[in-house]
Amino acid sequence: MEKRVRFKSSWLPWVLIAPQMAIVLVFFFWPAGQALYQSVLTQDPFGGSTEFVGAENFQRLFADETYLASFKTTAVFSLLVAVCGLGISLLLAVMANRVMLGSGIYKTLLIWPYAVAPVVAGVLWLFMFASPMGVIAFWLRAVGIEWNHLLNSNHAMTLIVVAAVWKQISYNFLFFLAGLQSIPKSLIEAAAIDGASPWRRFWTIVFPLLSPTAFFLLVINVVYAFFDTFGIVDATTQGGPGKDTSILVYKVYYDGFKALDMGGSAAQSVVLMAIVVTLTVIQFRFVEKKVQY
Amino acid sequence: MIERRPGLTVLSHLILLLGVLIVAFPLYLTVVASTQTSEQIAQSVPMSLLPGSNALQTYKTALLGGTTAAGSQLSGAAPMLWVSLVTALIIPLGKITMSMLSAFAIVYFRFPFRNLVFWMIFVTLMLPVEVRIGPTYEVVASLGMLNTYAGLTIPLIASATATFLFRQFFLTVPDELVEAARMDGAGPMRFFKDVLLPLSATSIAALFVIQFIYGWNQYLWPLLMTTNENMYPVVMGIKRLIGGESYTEWNVVMATAVLAMLPPALVVMLMQKWFVKGLVDVEK
Amino acid sequence: MASITLNKLVKRYGNGKTVNQVIHSVSAQIDDGEFVVVVGPSGCGKSTLLRMVAGLEEITGGEISIGNRVVNTLEPSERDIAMVFQNYALYPHMNVFDNMAYGLKIAKVPLVEIQARVDKAAKILELGEYMQRKPRELSGGQRQRVAMGRAIVRQPQAFLFDEPLSNLDAKLRAHTRLEIQKLHRELGITSLFVTHDQVEAMTLAQRMMVMNAGVMEQFGTPEEVYSRPATTFVASFIGSPPMNLLKNAPDARPGTIVGIRPEHLDITATGWALRVDALEMLGFERLVYGRWLHGAGNELVIVRSDETQPVPGLDTIIHVTPRADRLHTFDAATGKRL
Repeated sequence: MEKRVRFKSSWLPWVLIAPQMAIVLVFFFWPAGQALYQSVLTQDPFGGSTEFVGAENFQRLFADETYLASFKTTAVFSLLVAVCGLGISLLLAVMANRVMLGSGIYKTLLIWPYAVAPVVAGVLWLFMFASPMGVIAFWLRAVGIEWNHLLNSNHAMTLIVVAAVWKQISYNFLFFLAGLQSIPKSLIEAAAIDGASPWRRFWTIVFPLLSPTAFFLLVINVVYAFFDTFGIVDATTQGGPGKDTSILVYKVYYDGFKALDMGGSAAQSVVLMAIVVTLTVIQFRFVEKKVQY
Repeated sequence: MIERRPGLTVLSHLILLLGVLIVAFPLYLTVVASTQTSEQIAQSVPMSLLPGSNALQTYKTALLGGTTAAGSQLSGAAPMLWVSLVTALIIPLGKITMSMLSAFAIVYFRFPFRNLVFWMIFVTLMLPVEVRIGPTYEVVASLGMLNTYAGLTIPLIASATATFLFRQFFLTVPDELVEAARMDGAGPMRFFKDVLLPLSATSIAALFVIQFIYGWNQYLWPLLMTTNENMYPVVMGIKRLIGGESYTEWNVVMATAVLAMLPPALVVMLMQKWFVKGLVDVEK
Repeated sequence: MASITLNKLVKRYGNGKTVNQVIHSVSAQIDDGEFVVVVGPSGCGKSTLLRMVAGLEEITGGEISIGNRVVNTLEPSERDIAMVFQNYALYPHMNVFDNMAYGLKIAKVPLVEIQARVDKAAKILELGEYMQRKPRELSGGQRQRVAMGRAIVRQPQAFLFDEPLSNLDAKLRAHTRLEIQKLHRELGITSLFVTHDQVEAMTLAQRMMVMNAGVMEQFGTPEEVYSRPATTFVASFIGSPPMNLLKNAPDARPGTIVGIRPEHLDITATGWALRVDALEMLGFERLVYGRWLHGAGNELVIVRSDETQPVPGLDTIIHVTPRADRLHTFDAATGKRL
């Protein structure tokens, strides 16, 4: 799409884009270039000598079992977050779309966790699962589950998944609700006249029409689990026990700023960038397809 | 719905109520905890689910700091709230200004390298702060911007999403409006100020809500950027309250959490219409 | 007020291999105070022509003068013209008053005078009670009047209208046509009006310019265009139902086309023999569609009859006689009038 009419000026457009370009160059391209550059260097932790090592950082990275484990952890984590988050919010959205009375109130009451910072969400859930005063930990003990996320890595993973899902429900819910509301009523009415039960209508009519939204949210949730959950992990498990909840973003931070392995951290940044690029491309492929409908 | 199925409607309400309860329970517990004393929380197992009577004292400590009954020395959240507020205002305002101007240039002018500029902004979509923390930190450090508002905000200001949002919007503004403005003798900046800006009001409000929350909730970046306690935003302050070696004063932690959640939650609830629009539009 | 002169005007888009010429050397003189309608099918270049006069499209070749000034390189606002857009292009966030006053404010006209001019225009257009409303609170007809008001307050040398009636319903369009005529009588400002609707063109124009594929086919009064069409295109475009353009008329010379309007064919006892193919009963008027009895091709001849005549039966044979002074002859190869 292009405008038919344009203003004419040889200098004004440059002035207008200058601030944004300055920031993009200084804070995006320069660091990204640095990351690429550093990923092929080693530097001793005290900032002394640097040395060109080619792909060695990457070889080291992919030979490093903790890094591969971190990949696996991230995959498990994001899969759990996406599946649980989408399932719960789809259920709630379908219900909210059904009821006429009070759907606005439900909406208001369900969307506010979006406003909670990940790290605060982490603290909130930590508080409930903490020993000894944590309410949920107490209830779990009452039914025979000895909760300890500091020692049991399954417990730790559950904790960060619960906190991450809780925060993301609102976002998914809003998109599902918008998707449901955009399905023409006449389609559902036609199916009802054909004698389809509500359950059958949902799976044969509503769900297929909702699948673009669901796919979009799947990508968004994976991106969220990959990159926006640093605060949750840092507040609750700090990657522990051991490295069992150390997702990729946490590891980049830990290796770069705690372990001071800048070369390794930069190589990890480069890998992360590759992941984001892939996810973005998938997302845009999909958006393009959607436009064609 | 299509047919009357009272049973199903009741079930729907039950599921929704359950959902609301699960979503709201952590908040309820946080508020309750913030009204109790540290000892009440620590010594009863589990903690009481009813509000206590220590609210005033807890919030006073949370806001202004001081020495608690347990003897911990705490710094108050008030200065951190200020840092958060300033950050959360600079980021959306900066973002909106900058992306409106560049979207205006991209849509309404033809200039050399226009496509290159467009793609350079586009690519930044793929570089969230989280994936480039190390190198960005070094850049900011070498510019001497550690522990400053500039360092806290500027690297987060450039955003492709906002530029795209405005570009999308500008493209829907009818061409005839520009032509009418040209017939009326309005130059580009006059057109921007008198026509485009007022027409963008809804988009601006929507973006403001989203970016206010984004700015307020920043954690990883300030964690790297700030070493000076005066520059800690409040979400970082909470983490520090539980992270230390000393005894965790949960009532103060929870009071601080309430203080940290309140502004963005209020913005979401009060500006719900724009918030929803902003979310949906940005992701379009 | 001023005349508008178009001198060998050319518009091309693109360059190199993909040149698309949309205006082919159009020359015309629009007199001071004259109301000229540019009419043609969509894509004929009529809007481009108007937009070139307005300064919204660059001029590839030739010259446009308004008054005695060549305006080729002037900004739209410097040409001392006003334009009414098809979709009105009202500023959605400004009320009626501000919409009309905006151009004057930019031109730094004193506030008192802006007030006076807008009031006067509002009075002419009966918009007085809507001054504080936003465009979305107005009906289509009211918006159209605001768009006209915005043009009037500028007190320009010329008005340019870009299909300003096409978004109105039929009844309102007829009414607004009369309003525009009245307005032109009162203000007497040179006007250039673009439309694809021949009825609008015939009723509004003092002179009309018929365009086809970027070429000006004829420029004349509605009467001339109707009675002496310069080309077969003009003959078929103006008039409803369109003129019969017949290659197989019994007495046609080879290489020519005989033109005769349906209303100039009379049903008579002898003459051209037709077999009745279809009938359309439109109240007072009836259209009889016939085919040549001598079987040459499947050329249709339309005859306009009225309720004073008997209705011919389908598939019967009728005879028609063209009025001799209303026969037109065109060159079959060039389409030009002979």
